[in-house]
Amino acid sequence: MELSGSQMVIEALRRENVSVVFGYPGGAIMNVYDEVYKQDYFQHILVKHEQAAIHAADGYARSSGDVGVAFVTSGPGFTNAVTGLATAYMDSIPMVVISGQVPITMIGTDAFQEIDAVGISRPCVKHNYLVKDVKDLPRILKEAFYIAKSGRPGPVHVDIPKDVTAHIGKFEYPETIKMQTYKPTYKGNVRQIKKAVEAIANAKRPVLYIGGGAINSNASEVVREFAKITGIPAVETLMARGVMGDENPLLLGMLGMHGCYSANMAMSEADIMIAFGPRFDDRVTGKLSEFAKHAKIIHIDIDPSSIGKIVPIDYPIVGDLKNVVQGMIPLAKEKVDSSKYKSWRDLLNRYNEIHPLKYDDSDDVIKPQWVIERVGELLDGDAFITTDVGQHQMWTAQFYPFSFPRQFVTSGGLGTMGFGLPAAIGVKRAFPHKTSINFTGDGSILMNIQELMTAVEAKTPVINIILNNKFLGMVRQWQTFFYDKRYSSTDIQVQPDFVKLVESFGGVGYRVTTKEEFDTALQDAIKSNKVAMIDVQVDRLENVLPMVPAGGTLYNMMLEYKE
Amino acid sequence: MENIRRVLSVIVLNEDGVLSRISGLFAGRGYNIDSLTVAPVPNTNLSRLTIVTSGNQRVLEQIVKQLHKLIPTYKVIESAEFVEKEMALVKIPLNEDFNGLDAMLKAYNGTIANSGENFIVVMVADDSKRVDNFLKAIKKYNPIEMVRGGSVALDV
Ligand SMILES: Cc1ncc(C[n+]2csc(CCOP(=O)(O)OP(=O)(O)O)c2C)c(N)n1
Repeated sequence: MELSGSQMVIEALRRENVSVVFGYPGGAIMNVYDEVYKQDYFQHILVKHEQAAIHAADGYARSSGDVGVAFVTSGPGFTNAVTGLATAYMDSIPMVVISGQVPITMIGTDAFQEIDAVGISRPCVKHNYLVKDVKDLPRILKEAFYIAKSGRPGPVHVDIPKDVTAHIGKFEYPETIKMQTYKPTYKGNVRQIKKAVEAIANAKRPVLYIGGGAINSNASEVVREFAKITGIPAVETLMARGVMGDENPLLLGMLGMHGCYSANMAMSEADIMIAFGPRFDDRVTGKLSEFAKHAKIIHIDIDPSSIGKIVPIDYPIVGDLKNVVQGMIPLAKEKVDSSKYKSWRDLLNRYNEIHPLKYDDSDDVIKPQWVIERVGELLDGDAFITTDVGQHQMWTAQFYPFSFPRQFVTSGGLGTMGFGLPAAIGVKRAFPHKTSINFTGDGSILMNIQELMTAVEAKTPVINIILNNKFLGMVRQWQTFFYDKRYSSTDIQVQPDFVKLVESFGGVGYRVTTKEEFDTALQDAIKSNKVAMIDVQVDRLENVLPMVPAGGTLYNMMLEYKE
Repeated sequence: MENIRRVLSVIVLNEDGVLSRISGLFAGRGYNIDSLTVAPVPNTNLSRLTIVTSGNQRVLEQIVKQLHKLIPTYKVIESAEFVEKEMALVKIPLNEDFNGLDAMLKAYNGTIANSGENFIVVMVADDSKRVDNFLKAIKKYNPIEMVRGGSVALDV
């Protein structure tokens, strides 16, 4: 089949079963957009800023597990997309981003809207390509999808010069793929697995440390089973919320800087830690020399470079988490006696009773944590939750009752403000019949506010709940704790009227100052089936607690803030 | 932890941009490159890079893993035993007294590579430490210019 480069792009997407592309056109990618116009295999959702195209594709990918796809043009179109790529890369999200480039004949001349796109994207993608010959395009697109979703997933960027999108070539799309230099390891080493299970059986105080890898590998079910048969208590990272399900009696909660006391104590007092696909982020470990000091560590990860990067590992296992845990289960059934850990579980539960996650509710002013808990109560358990970045993000991680993997969509590694709204649009597009809530802050929401228009136009009615403290709250909290309350550039009392704002885009808005108003607003927003913004006026000075100050130790948390 | 010098041979697909992926990896993660040489592997679609780097044990392990993680990387060889050679060229003015130069060249496997009206160019190929020594020793002939090539290595 002879096709133009642009037609090849469409045809490749069709074969990859892509059902939606988020994007924004421009000169260098116009040939591709002309073919978008002519086809009806996939929907194209026009965003209002390229950053949002990438975040929307990202939200689609995180919630569905499928590869997210976005189109942007050269130059500023591409540079706008970079934050999105970096966000996806830090959290290992499968994505293919196609950018236009100036014609090959003009590359290197500082042509209009020319920028070295692959030079810029190189450190924030899993892999990238500059397509120099149309005959390579089918293979490159096949590889791009394969690389994005295999091994440790990640975004792949394909930069296509305009003349290549016009050139005609033979289209042969490889059915299967074998790359000479890229062969991820899925199966764990059997001997290592056996040794690891023996070490667990001999331990007295084991803890499961579950990371984002458990989501990427779709391992939730086997992880729950492993925990159940062994009776080992579990902690989740921000990226792993939902893996165990909050009803699970073995789940202590989130660990790390704003983790709960029992989770952090479990890490500190464990004699063996079983790491299921986490990456030992500094926001999790605190001071490294004190981190899990008494524990031998088993680390299972599909990315060998993740193992031993931060802390030395006693039992490294390279492989797909689901695959490895499946291999561990029969051995664990045979060797591990779950009753042996009873006193350990009792101790951790006691920690939880002494220092549970808590806040002082009030009748005078709405507490942000109350809003999150309340949404959890009012919604059915299958709503999807996205967030922006800041205090509201941490409160959501702490207080929302997550029940299934992929339910929680948040920018962990990069911590990108402005992620929430476009990501919620991607989630809603993946699950049109599920509720898509975005918990956001008055700072973050303004970073991609233009996407309200996209949500209205694309009929993806997402509900934004602003926990409005009129501060860049998380930064303000650090200023309160560590900078003598010098609120440098964080006190933002000048705000738009969020109700009028969303109405002007064609959505519905609510300003809420009491609990009763909140209940009504949320129910009304859901019923309206419109893009909604609920501006909740919350306690301005509430802090996220407990907290391990940066560089502090997990067992020495700040449980309360005293003036 | 102790700082260790390490010679790595990295076999990669010989494709556009592969060198920038490798140099970018080192720059972005703050790893050292003491020297780096590249050339195609004959009759294949591969290139061989020889990278001399240094760092503590943990860093060196990460370097190898991160190199492996790059999609076009075929193989990373970090054997403890290898033949390592580096080349240097030195241009020396002719009006010098060349007393002892022959003996010195001989000691470092060197030869005279070329000569012009006012200068000669000598070359040596030896392991890096010895090239260091040679370049120190040759100073007494007031060299006009010197260039060294970076290590190449083969595991044995
Ligand atoms: C793009 C970007 N810029 C800056 C930051 C630094 N930052 C982290 S949290 C935060 C404050 C967020 O304020 P808001 O969205 O109002 O949320 P709150 O913390 O009040 O819940 C800032 C500025 C960031 N994470 N991302």
